[in-house]
Amino acid sequence: MTRWRQYQSTVLIYAILLLVLSGMVVPLVWTLLTSFKYNVDVTLGWIPPRWTTDNYTGVFRAFSFLRYYANSLFIATAVTVVQVATSALAAYAFARLQFRGRDVLFLGYLSTMMIPADVLMIPQFVLMKKIPEWLNAVLATDFFSGFLYLKSHYIGHPVGLDSFFALIAPGCFSAYGTFMLRQFLLGISREIEEAALIDGCSAWGVFWHVVVPLAKPALGALAIFTFLGRWRAFLWPLIMTDSDSMMVLPVGLAKLSDLYVNDYGLICAGSVLMLVPMIAVFVFFQRWFISGIQLGAVKG
Amino acid sequence: MKNQNKAAFFFLLPNFVGFLIFALGPVVVAAGMGFYRYQLASGAPAFIGLDNFADLVLFKKVDGEWVARDPYFWKYLGNTLFLMLNIPLAMVGSLLLAVLLNKELPGRIFFRTLFFIPHLCTGIAIYMVWKMLLTYEPNVGIINGLLWQIFGVLGIAPERAAALLPGWLIDASWAKPALIIMFIWASVGGYNMVLYLAGLQNIPLELYEAAEMDGAGWWSQLVHITVPQLAPTTFFILVTSIIGGLQGGFEAAYVMTGGGPEGSTTTMSYYIYTQAYEQLEVGYAAAISMVLFALIFAATLLNWRYGGKRLEAV
Repeated sequence: MTRWRQYQSTVLIYAILLLVLSGMVVPLVWTLLTSFKYNVDVTLGWIPPRWTTDNYTGVFRAFSFLRYYANSLFIATAVTVVQVATSALAAYAFARLQFRGRDVLFLGYLSTMMIPADVLMIPQFVLMKKIPEWLNAVLATDFFSGFLYLKSHYIGHPVGLDSFFALIAPGCFSAYGTFMLRQFLLGISREIEEAALIDGCSAWGVFWHVVVPLAKPALGALAIFTFLGRWRAFLWPLIMTDSDSMMVLPVGLAKLSDLYVNDYGLICAGSVLMLVPMIAVFVFFQRWFISGIQLGAVKG
Repeated sequence: MKNQNKAAFFFLLPNFVGFLIFALGPVVVAAGMGFYRYQLASGAPAFIGLDNFADLVLFKKVDGEWVARDPYFWKYLGNTLFLMLNIPLAMVGSLLLAVLLNKELPGRIFFRTLFFIPHLCTGIAIYMVWKMLLTYEPNVGIINGLLWQIFGVLGIAPERAAALLPGWLIDASWAKPALIIMFIWASVGGYNMVLYLAGLQNIPLELYEAAEMDGAGWWSQLVHITVPQLAPTTFFILVTSIIGGLQGGFEAAYVMTGGGPEGSTTTMSYYIYTQAYEQLEVGYAAAISMVLFALIFAATLLNWRYGGKRLEAV
């Protein structure tokens, strides 16, 4: 190719990329700009004629938005920590330890990965609805249908509907996470681990001092996926919560858009508040994120 | 190596407890629940054999004509499949974007990052935004606003232009195309593009060099080298997208359309939602979910049969 033609094609590629890019970001830019508009100005072009932060303060005034934020942050963090831990432990057993029934059990894990969430969710819903009654009956108490408070803040029932238990526990186990970390461990060299074993290190010592540091990129990727997945999870928290105090951010937002259908500025401000943490996490941890996608795609 | 049963037991225990309670247990229960009439609001489950499944998929004769026992099921299955049209369209887009981004250009990481953001953001917040973007009134909804401008430039009279504007989410025939456009926007630069980029890295450069010497142009290289070499990636993306698509559409329907207008955006997952958690007909809902599972299982079998055990290209 001549220099001139190469130059031409580069310009063309940039032109196409920029065109696509503008299509991609227009809805997001529109949201950001609209969130700074008074509602009467929404129809007046893109740039707010008068800038205001009323929508942001309005979101916090109209709803227990701070509470939704705190709930989402707490639930996403708790699920992430526990899920990464349980997945890493199991992945190590599957990838490195010899034990009876290993392959059958792993096949069982794999096959649950293709079961749609809709199938699992219905029995889980019934379980969560019934579990307080059952526990009360078995243990002859009424504690499990009671209310919990932290200082004066309502923090839901101990178990069942409207409890942190229901919002957190099912997320703490993941066949996908186990599978993904096992794939990663199979791909890294065993030499250091074997040296450590010969030196008399226990399985736990090898896991904690050798495997975990080596697996950091994969653990990081799983942590990010899990956190973002929980941050945006909608259906399960929707069917699991009754009270306003137990709602998470997406459920609260859906309520916001239901009650203030025509208040575009307010809805946009709510969206921005939900999206900014996600984008920040993604931009900061992009490298792990991208390699994690590729790792997860290597289906066994 | 010596047997490590004891260590394995402790490493697996926390995960296995979760696996039993939240995966294995529920799937066994769900399979059973489909055989019961079980209304959560009104008491104990009653065994009814295959009745739920028969009511769901079979047809009956009414006035000499065959009609579905549950007409909604077939309609919503049709909606689900129709909305999956976004899959091939978005895949073509993802492939082309990946090819463009695979060049050694300054700023490619910048583009890749920004292209990914719609996919990253997908969820309630973005669906709320698109609901506003797709508003019919051109002074509010920016998509019809853009069309309005174009009609103006073309010299179409305002009355006629107003009639030409699509009613997106309020018109039963436009609602599905509206969602498809949104789904394409949300997925074209996401996971699939990243997978394609990874696949492109693995195509040997010699193939292109040889083609160049034979005088093959850009298009010919794309069709004869890139696309065939990416076939495993394409297959993987297609199967995972079909599996996702069959389960999809709930959040968009919940936030944007409530499943309407006239049920035109109700998908299988939204149907399960209304049956299980609004009507509390958990037996019937479990039956629907098992039918959905069967469809997904078929897609997975296809993957095993034709996709090979491992996706080498990624």
